[in-house]
Amino acid sequence: MRKYYEFVVEGLIFASGIASIIFVLLIFIFLLKEGLMVFRDVGLFDFLFGKFWYPISEPPRLGILPLILGSLWVTVGATIISVPLGIACAIFIGEIAPGWLREILKAGVELLAAIPSIVLGFIGLVTLVPLVKKFFGLPTGLTAIAGSIMLAFMAMPTIVSIMEDALNAVPKGYREGSIAMGATKWQTIHRIVLPSASSGIIAAVMLGIGRVIGETMAVMMITGNAAVIPHTFFQPVRTMTATIAAEMGETVQGSEHYFALFAIGIVLFAITFLVNLLADLSLHRKPVRA
Amino acid sequence: MIRLFKDPKFQEKVVFLFLFLATLIIIVPVVLVIALIVARGSSVLSWEFLTAMPRMGMRAGGIFPAIVGTSYLVAGTLIFALPIGIFSAIYLSEYSRRNALTRLIELAIVNLAGVPSVVYGLFGLGLFVLFLKFGASILAGSLTLGVMVLPVIVTASREALQSVPKTFREVSYSLGATRWQTIRHAVLPHALPGILTGAVLSLSRAAGETAPILFTVAAFYLPRLPKSVFDQAMALPYHLYVLSTQVPNVKLELQYGTALVLVGLVVIANLVAAVIRGYFRVKKQW
Repeated sequence: MRKYYEFVVEGLIFASGIASIIFVLLIFIFLLKEGLMVFRDVGLFDFLFGKFWYPISEPPRLGILPLILGSLWVTVGATIISVPLGIACAIFIGEIAPGWLREILKAGVELLAAIPSIVLGFIGLVTLVPLVKKFFGLPTGLTAIAGSIMLAFMAMPTIVSIMEDALNAVPKGYREGSIAMGATKWQTIHRIVLPSASSGIIAAVMLGIGRVIGETMAVMMITGNAAVIPHTFFQPVRTMTATIAAEMGETVQGSEHYFALFAIGIVLFAITFLVNLLADLSLHRKPVRA
Repeated sequence: MIRLFKDPKFQEKVVFLFLFLATLIIIVPVVLVIALIVARGSSVLSWEFLTAMPRMGMRAGGIFPAIVGTSYLVAGTLIFALPIGIFSAIYLSEYSRRNALTRLIELAIVNLAGVPSVVYGLFGLGLFVLFLKFGASILAGSLTLGVMVLPVIVTASREALQSVPKTFREVSYSLGATRWQTIRHAVLPHALPGILTGAVLSLSRAAGETAPILFTVAAFYLPRLPKSVFDQAMALPYHLYVLSTQVPNVKLELQYGTALVLVGLVVIANLVAAVIRGYFRVKKQW
């Protein structure tokens, strides 16, 4: 009886163990199932590089280049802002701040991570957007730059916490050795700690970028949602994520437009898959350690 | 002057100052955002706001159905994701060997954690709403959110299980216990705080996400409570989205109030998690 019971429990444990793989496959299958249908009407090349996204015109034009570029502009902007700040913040928290300050700052970063993206989007809409409009003298504040700033903040907790883990993983002896040679603390950080933690830092940046590409609600609320090919940071853009979120509710199930939104989902899934894979490989690279 | 800039001690001071300023640029806005939400949101916060139905096309009244909807969703998410997540962590920590399958599972978990939330929405729409014909419902939304928070629970639980010393297991085996008995009585109880922390964090994640529930459960305006798991429901994050972008002429205060309730919920959950962690860290005896 007991044997039987244990057999069942261990069966459940194994089944749950591989559940994650099954869910990833399910996500992939269901995106493909609906998304691939769009290619009956549009060629892959025309879909990815078509310059016009007019999904409800007759006939619909389903080119997602403006959306890809929208995501790209916002992501590049957010990366430029968040990577240096995030790395600096992680160094300060991990290596420089005294114990009490470290705990406070870490709590602040965790708090930022906990605030739901819809709340940040709302706050961005009522504070950041008017600010951007006034500061740059634009006709509207709903622009790529506003989205970039917002997303930079949303990527920060990911970058800071993963990079801090990477700094923590550098053996203490490295630092002591360097200090003993007469190096200052900054020289030690700069020449010894950062190079040893480099693979973790790369992973932190990659995962931060992954977070930015996938972010939906905040970006939908503050980038202005104009599906045109952007030329500067100071004009409205529309990202891939925002397009899905904004249009899925209004489309007819089974229409070309509906399938196209799933196909955008495939593109997003593929991009984040790649980014996460690279980050993970970077983290699991054989550490060069004495 | 130039000699001053070449002095490593001086360089260090300058660099540290810049690092400190960079940290402030990140932390100060967080404090400001929270202060703003609390200051402006607390003016509408009242018993009525929390327990009344919305009125006049959501321009007045309370947010009760959204609070109830979010509670149902969070409960449904945990009922689905906790058992699978904990069992999955037990598998990874206690059963798996270092082989290709384990590596594959780890990659899958990393990947699930990285899938954009709106893609979860598409997945939920495709699988639960349409293919399994649950319709837009609390059930479909909970399952979608459940898949989304799975990596949070697995990662936290696995870490908790692995921090239980090996000797606990060895002693249990030496007393003749089977593998499952050992896990059940000698390992799980000690890993419980870590698992709880993961559960609370996933709760706060599920409560705050909007994109996965957009097409799987969320009702624009539904001034009654859901009756079964196959009903649509309002939810706090979606309600905030609707108020701030979809309905014209909503008083800003109402939006701040909704944001305050949502942030309050999430922050309290995180505090609870921190307290659990702190309490058991003190109590831990190995």
